[in-house]
Formats: sequence, structure tokens, C-alpha cells
Amino acid sequence: MSEHIYDAANITNPEHGEHHIVSPAQYSFVFITLLIGTAITVLAANFDMGVFNPIIALAIASTKAVIVILFFMHVKYQSNLIKMTVGAGFFSFLVLITMTLSDYISRAWGLW
Amino acid sequence: MTTHNLVRGSNTIINLPDQSTAEIPKRNFISNEHGLLSWLLTGDHKRIAVLYLISITFFFFIGGAFAGLIRLELLTPQPDLVASDTYNKFFTMHGVIMIFLFLVPSVPATLGNFLIPIMLGARDLAFPKINLLSWYLYVIGGTLTLTALVLGGVDTGWTFTTPLSTHYLNTHVVTTATAIFVAGFSSIFTGLNFIVTIHRMRCPGMTWFRMPLFVWAHYAASILMVLGTPVLAIAIVLVALERLIGIGVFDPTKGGDPLLFQHLFWFYSHPAVYIMILPGMGVISEVISTFSRKRIFGYTAVAFSSVAIALFGFFVWEHHMFIMGVSNYSALVFSLLTMLVAVPSAIKIFNWAFTLQKGSITFETPMLYAFGFIGLFTIGGLTGVFLGSLGMDIHLTETYFIVAHFHFVMVGGMLMAFLSGVHFWWPKMTGRMYPESLSKLAAVVTFIGFNLTFLPQFILGYLGMPRRYHAYPPEFQVLNVLSTAGATILGVGYLMPVLYLAWSLKYGAIAGANPWQATGLEWQIQSPPLTENFIEIPIMDHEAYDYDWLEHKTQPEVTTVG
Repeated sequence: MSEHIYDAANITNPEHGEHHIVSPAQYSFVFITLLIGTAITVLAANFDMGVFNPIIALAIASTKAVIVILFFMHVKYQSNLIKMTVGAGFFSFLVLITMTLSDYISRAWGLW
Repeated sequence: MTTHNLVRGSNTIINLPDQSTAEIPKRNFISNEHGLLSWLLTGDHKRIAVLYLISITFFFFIGGAFAGLIRLELLTPQPDLVASDTYNKFFTMHGVIMIFLFLVPSVPATLGNFLIPIMLGARDLAFPKINLLSWYLYVIGGTLTLTALVLGGVDTGWTFTTPLSTHYLNTHVVTTATAIFVAGFSSIFTGLNFIVTIHRMRCPGMTWFRMPLFVWAHYAASILMVLGTPVLAIAIVLVALERLIGIGVFDPTKGGDPLLFQHLFWFYSHPAVYIMILPGMGVISEVISTFSRKRIFGYTAVAFSSVAIALFGFFVWEHHMFIMGVSNYSALVFSLLTMLVAVPSAIKIFNWAFTLQKGSITFETPMLYAFGFIGLFTIGGLTGVFLGSLGMDIHLTETYFIVAHFHFVMVGGMLMAFLSGVHFWWPKMTGRMYPESLSKLAAVVTFIGFNLTFLPQFILGYLGMPRRYHAYPPEFQVLNVLSTAGATILGVGYLMPVLYLAWSLKYGAIAGANPWQATGLEWQIQSPPLTENFIEIPIMDHEAYDYDWLEHKTQPEVTTVG
């Protein structure tokens, strides 16, 4: 942080940062991608892929979420600090899922 | 006015201006505007802090009244004061109100709101309107809780345990759940505001490692508020949906799992105890430094231990579930991780002890409360290690041992820290001093009352008295009578500050800018501060807790009106 250049506007109003402008074409691209994602989800529901059913569904959903976060929510154009903040949310979510699964996966070990 | 001669050969560092000429500055954040609306629509972080202080004190005494009723019922082994259903409602309302409406917002929303912008050299928090919205959400949450209470209460326990809360109870679960959901957002907004303010609004020269440790502690707590609270919100919404339309997430007959609720709930509620205690630890760092006239020993270690507590806090929640039938292997991992949290907590305690070593210690009221904190928090923390051990936990959990442990950390720790902070910054907030001898008495009464209330509960728990029952075998009566007697003394200890602090608002001695000779930026401006805090944004050119700087500084070094 030592080379941090002091910006007087920060002290009084930190919202006065620079904003990246996203074109309507880009929003349309996000919209169309989400529609295609939805169509693939519906299509995938017609095939029984056994254990891969939830994996495929989650993969499509995650891809859609990533597109929304990066482009629709402008995270791709933000500072590393904001990217890290978003990452922190995913990190704690990952902790929630994996540590909870540590219970579910091993709950019956040795009991049969 | 140097600190030097005050420290040597004197048993107090209090230095008040000449009372015959001193007066409260005419322009300050309280006198700036008048009328109820000027408070209800304010964007000033200091006024919002005052609003919060009034509201949390109100809820503290409602929660305290329930504690009193619980202790009164437990005076005798027979269930003679209230019926068992009513008793269940008493301890539920006590828990819900004290945790969600008092402990979570206690220090951050009052002292944090008031001080963080000033300590950073800023004029306000990053989002003043969101700050006000946070208070309104808190009030709505509080009102909903009171509504549920008046309509007949709720008896799930503060933990909303499924399937009890979803299937078997006929009380106001959904109203209370909504209240907590709303109050949760109030907490998220406070945390968000703090994080953005600390990152973006530090004054020139205020590097991360020049920030007071109070700010570091709030930064760590804010991370927990922002990342943890949404999970509680989700868990509570799922309970409501399960109850109202039976979606089956927690219902085994529909493929759900009641333990999933416990995972979600404790994923928030364990870090939540760090949300509660971390800001208190921040207060203690400021107080210990000021009243021993030394820079905090191991500043960097204390700063990072706050962040470490926040991080480790997310990896230990299953220790609340050891007897619920979770996987033995998973429990083993969580038990080991739980022990890890003791490390950063111990780092803090040892560093405070080393700060005291060879310091010029004086025993003003905030310091007395801080000493209470250190002793009681250490006992509370170490008994937590007992409960984190798999074997001991089976014996001790769900007994009064856990009640005593939790209250040592939260009441003996957090509430002591809160009172320490309120007494420390009261002259800054109001411009007036409280009667020192009376407040010292209150600190001692609180300490004695606290120990008398909760030490017997460790023994009761060890002997096997379960929590949450209103009747018990007669051999436990002596210890219960001791505990109830202690609660009475504790009640007096809590009422005293309310009375003399209210008295001091009008009659207290004029405190002046820096009655404690403390180093923080907040002490270099007038008391009570201006609405804008600083006339000019200050430039931080020294480390935190630099008593040499304070001794040698020229009077108007931090620019304010005199």
C-alpha cells in the first residue's frame, strides 16, 4: 500500500471513483448467452446421464453465474481489491460446502 | 499540559480543564441541529451511534429482565414461578434479544460507528444513508421481536432448532425469524460500511499499520458480518418455508436432513461470537494502552490475530454439533481446528499482559472494566477448549457448564469491554465526565456480581445439571441460590452506569478534549466533536499509541476548532 496515491475525493465520497462503461451490445450478449444456457439446461434434462445429471446441471448454472458476475456486474473491469472481495464470498461458500460435506461423506464410515 | 508530570507520582491520568472557565464547545454534533427529525433523518455517524446506543440499551434491559425471571424461577428446585412452556419462552426471548439485538450490534454500531471515521481521520462513514438504513432495520427487527413477544412469545430457543421449530411448535416462530432476518441485514450494512470506510477513507499518512487496533478489530468483525450473516438469513428463510409450505429441506421424510439446519445455522452463529467479541477486544487494546502509557506490545501480532480469529472462525462450527450424530471423523477435524482459535486469542491476552509490564498503570474506571475483561475472558476462553475436546464435550455440553462458558465470554468478556469502552469514550461523546468513584464502584460490583452468578454454574454443569429446564434435583439448590443472588448484584452493577451516566449529561464535569491523555486522533479534536469531525482532514505523521508524539506535539497539530 506504500505506493498508494492519495486521492482527496476518497475521504469525502468514495463513490467518486472511475466507472467502466459497458455497451448495450455487451448486455445483449450476456442476455443471449443466458438464454442459450437456459435452453441447454432444458435440453440436458431430457437425457439421463446417471451420476452426471447434477454435475452437468451445476456446470451450466455455474457458467451462467460467472458470466453474470464478470460482465453484467462489471467485476471483470474492477480493481483487484473488488475482485478479491468477490473471491472472499466464494471462498467462504466453498468452506461452507466442503466442511459440511466432510460430515456427510464420512458419517457412515465404519458403521456397516 | 504535558503527560510527563501526570504520569509520574500520580495515581490518575485524568486531566480536566479548569471547571470555573471550561465550557462545552458551542458548535458540536449535538447542538448542530435541533428537533426529533434532525435525529431520525441524520446522516451523521455520531448521531446514528447515539441512536443505536439508546436502542441497544433498551433491548439490553428487556433481555436482562428475562434473565432475572429465569434466575428467579431457578431459585427453588420446584417449578413454582411459571409453567414449563412459559419458562421456555423466557430463555428463548432472553437469548434472541441479547444476541441479535444487543451483543451483535453492541460495540460496532455504537462505539464503532462513532469512532471509526474519526480514528481514520475521515468526516463520516463511506455510506451515511446506508448507515441510517441499518439503524432503521435494527429498529424494525427489534419491533418485530417485541411483537412476537406480546403476541405470546416463541419457545424454540435462540437456535431455532429443527424439527422443533419447523414441525412441533405452535408459537410465533415465523415472526421472530423475520425479526432476525431483518436485524441481520442491519448488521451486514454496518459491516459493509466499515470495510469500505477502512479501505477507502483513511486520511493521508494513515497506513494500515498506523490504524488503532480498535479499527483492525472492527475490520475483522466486519468481514465476518458480511460473509457470515447471509448464511443465517438463508437458514432462517428455509425454516420459515419449511414451516409454512413444508419444502422438506430439513425433513428426513422428504429427503432432507435436520442436521443441515445445524450446519447452516452454526456456520453463521459460531463466527457470530467473534463478531461479538472482536470489537470488544479492540476496545481493550485502546484502554490498556492508554492506562499503561505504552504502545501495545506486538502491535502487528495483535492486528493480525484479529484477522486470524475471523478466518479460523469459519472452520470450527461443527463443535456445536458433536453430540448430534455428526461423523466422528469430521468431528475430529473440527475439534482440532477449534483448538487453533485459542492461539490468536492467547496472542492478544499475552500481548496485553506484556503491554502492562513496566507500564505506568493507573486504575480509572475503563481500566477496571478492562481488567475484568482479561480475567473473565481468559476463563471463558479456556473453558471453550474443554468444550472443543471431543470427550469432554460429551459430558459437558447441554449442561450449565456451557451456559457458564458462554456467559463468561459474552458477559464477562464482551459486556465488560462494552462498558469499558462506554466509560472510556463517554467524555468524548458527551463532553462530560461521570462521577469517578461511583463508576469504579459499579465496575467492582459488576465483577463481583458476575462471578457470583456464573462461577457456580460451571460446577452445576460439571455435576450434570442440564440447561433449559425450570426444575432440578434439590441437591443443586445451594449453587442455584448463589447464582440468583449474584444475578441481583449484577443487575445493580448494570443499573448504576445508566443512572450516573444520565446524571452526567447535565451535571458532569466538563471533560475537555483529552481527559485521559490518550493518543488517538479522536482525542485530538474537541468533545463532543463537530459534525464534520475535523475542520481539515488531518495528516497522520506518527505511529498509533505514540506517547512521545503526544507529549511533544504542539497544541493545534490536528487541526480543529479550540
